[in-house]
Amino acid sequence: MKKLIAGAAIALMGLAGAAMAEEYPERPIMMMVSYGAGGATDFQARIVTMTAGNEDALGMPIAIINKPGAGGRVGWNWFATQADADGYTLAAYNVPHFIAQSIKGGVSYSADSFEPIANWGADPAVFVVGADSPFNSMADVVAYATENPGKLTFSGAGLFVGHHIAALQIEKAAGVKMAYIPTKGGGAAAMKAVIAGEVMGGINNLSDAYRAQEAGNVRILGVADLQRSDFLPDVPTMQEQGLEVDNSSVNFRGVMVPKGTPQEVIDKLAATVPAMFANDRVSKKMAAGGSPMHIMTRDEVKEMWAAREQTLKELLAGL
Amino acid sequence: MDFIFYFGDVFSPLSFLLLLGGTIGGLILGATPGLSPTMAVALLIPFTFHLEAVQGLILLGAAYTSTVAGGAVSAILLKIPGAPANIATTLDGHKMAKQGQGAKALQLSFLASAVGGIFGVLLLIFLTPLLAQWALAFGPSHLFWLAILGVTVIGSLDSASVVKGLLSGCIGLWLATIGFDDIMGAQRFIFHPSLGGGINIIAALIGLFAIPQVLTMFAKGRRADGAEVIEVQKHSVLDATRELLRRPRALSIGTITGSIIGLIPGVGGQIAGLVAYDQTKKFSSEKEKFGKGHSEGVIAAEAANNAMVGPSLVPLLTLSIPGSPTAAVLLGGLLIHGIFPGSDLFDNHPDVAWTFINSMLVGQVLMCLFGLYVAGLAARVAQVPQSVMAAIVLALSAFGAYSVQSSMGDVYVMACLGIGMYFLERFGFSAAPLVLGLILGPIAEANFIQGGMIADATVGKASYFLSGGLNILLIAVVVASIAYSAWMELRSRRYTTKEEAQA
Repeated sequence: MKKLIAGAAIALMGLAGAAMAEEYPERPIMMMVSYGAGGATDFQARIVTMTAGNEDALGMPIAIINKPGAGGRVGWNWFATQADADGYTLAAYNVPHFIAQSIKGGVSYSADSFEPIANWGADPAVFVVGADSPFNSMADVVAYATENPGKLTFSGAGLFVGHHIAALQIEKAAGVKMAYIPTKGGGAAAMKAVIAGEVMGGINNLSDAYRAQEAGNVRILGVADLQRSDFLPDVPTMQEQGLEVDNSSVNFRGVMVPKGTPQEVIDKLAATVPAMFANDRVSKKMAAGGSPMHIMTRDEVKEMWAAREQTLKELLAGL
Repeated sequence: MDFIFYFGDVFSPLSFLLLLGGTIGGLILGATPGLSPTMAVALLIPFTFHLEAVQGLILLGAAYTSTVAGGAVSAILLKIPGAPANIATTLDGHKMAKQGQGAKALQLSFLASAVGGIFGVLLLIFLTPLLAQWALAFGPSHLFWLAILGVTVIGSLDSASVVKGLLSGCIGLWLATIGFDDIMGAQRFIFHPSLGGGINIIAALIGLFAIPQVLTMFAKGRRADGAEVIEVQKHSVLDATRELLRRPRALSIGTITGSIIGLIPGVGGQIAGLVAYDQTKKFSSEKEKFGKGHSEGVIAAEAANNAMVGPSLVPLLTLSIPGSPTAAVLLGGLLIHGIFPGSDLFDNHPDVAWTFINSMLVGQVLMCLFGLYVAGLAARVAQVPQSVMAAIVLALSAFGAYSVQSSMGDVYVMACLGIGMYFLERFGFSAAPLVLGLILGPIAEANFIQGGMIADATVGKASYFLSGGLNILLIAVVVASIAYSAWMELRSRRYTTKEEAQA
């Protein structure tokens, strides 16, 4: 209810005219999350913005508004076409999701429609198998897939999301054909398919897979990132196991504004937001929830977006 | 018997206060159209930032239990189902309210909710490890057959004729295809940007049920009988309890169906109420009374949707897989305190786990008590003149549809569907089968395609969907359900021809 009232208030004040940079922000800010309440992105967005009202941060609270649907397309479409570019409307981004979607088309945004502010988290994709699976390493998986082309079933959360990118990269690196099974209902449904033995393996988020491994339900065979994760120091990366898979599928989460937002506002946000993410209370809560943090400044994110767009265009060209 | 040991924690002053607050707040949120249990729990998450893990979960658990039951208030009095779980409640509940029995319908719904809810939580307490295996047994092929089983219900649900029921079910199935398809990535029937995410089920529910009713009220105009005031009959709680005890069949079918369906990840509460309603109708000796304000309909539907609460948490608490959207929100509430559901929860934080589960048990009782109190007051809604009532329902509908995703698009969708439904109703179609089609379509389709992909890579479609004990059992139930409907249809036809011959 609070959110709604805050949202309505913000919308009303938006009409009253643009207040400018010196005093920015002089009223509460709204942040759009394009996934449902309770999902990993929503959950993390709420944690990293909880200190926004502090004097050393923005001095104004940030209210989260959810606009879920169609794998994030609904929210980002709204953000690109209808959101006010006055600095009081922020959004959470998920890379590679929105970049991959814009390359595949059918949406009204691209990487150029948005201005990044800062990155708060990086959740790599991992390859998981059931606790009683015969596979003990990525080499076993590749060996089975080579002998039985197209027969190794593995689940992931939908198409053109990090999981799908990782799947494509693994197939390409190993030169094998496997059966990627996209699920409806996100990473949780994909994980259930692995635990229940409906599929032989799966791609999932490191944070969710880490929890499932702690509970003894799955084993993690490899991480699709450049370095090992602090949460899983014993699990080798794909590259260590001879598969040329880089960090293109890592799910980067951060904050952005629509193109056309005043430069002074962008500068102010870019200067304060990374420090806000680095707050002690924030990092404690994030670590407790098993959510890996990775703070990046505006310039670093800009570089990352450009690099992602390049690799994804090549990877998705054949599809 | 761990859970008895931790019962004391529920009654510590702060915990009990939170439990009370969560229950009352949950009832109010649940009764507000558009605020589904999932939304209500999500709205409360920020408050738990400042609480201990146990206390935070007590608040969330209490809110979850009572929002599910609170949805019955708007379903019965305003014909706005607050969540898919309450669809079946509107069918008979609102008819009862129109006949002046609003108080009775509310009392029955809260009593049945409490019985179903307590049974569900007891299942969660005693049978969790066993139930977890069950929940995992349902793969894509089984969920597909389960959805087909739901489709067989469509023809007989709240319709004058089987053909009209099936036809509105088909409209629902078509509406369900609108939007981006998650599995194949295709765009279907997106002729307006606000349809990109598909038709939101809650906006659709509000439109299909509430708007035709508003239009009917407006259509009556300013005639004298438009201001007609329905007399509210007082109804004592004791009578309601007696009524409930006289309907053991509806109560037990509702409770058992709700518990079983609630367990299955991804299907859950959405169809528990409707399936229980239909089963009760099939086994009842007073079939013809259903849909006309029969108490069995309310009892079965509400017992089922609260019975589903406990079992729906089994996959989350044991396997760390949220089986329903609400469970996903609760997962967030656990993670924020650094607690991982699964074996870690029961081994290392038994105080959190058991206090949470106990609080849901106590919450059911509190919910029932407050619900019964509210029932007496709320039933007076029927005394509001119709013209005022129409305006209130319209305003609540627009607010409810908007609040789901803070999106004006959903309000347009609600209005369009509502206006369409107003005309369909004039031709004898009804909203319930349409909504069932809308809910079941995506479940059947996604699981068929997904199962098909797995089957193509492994054993082939035929053996994947048609072999295995659970598949065959479900197919048998589907066949039995169709045969039963066909038989009833034939029999009733024979009777009507006989009556016509006599007349």
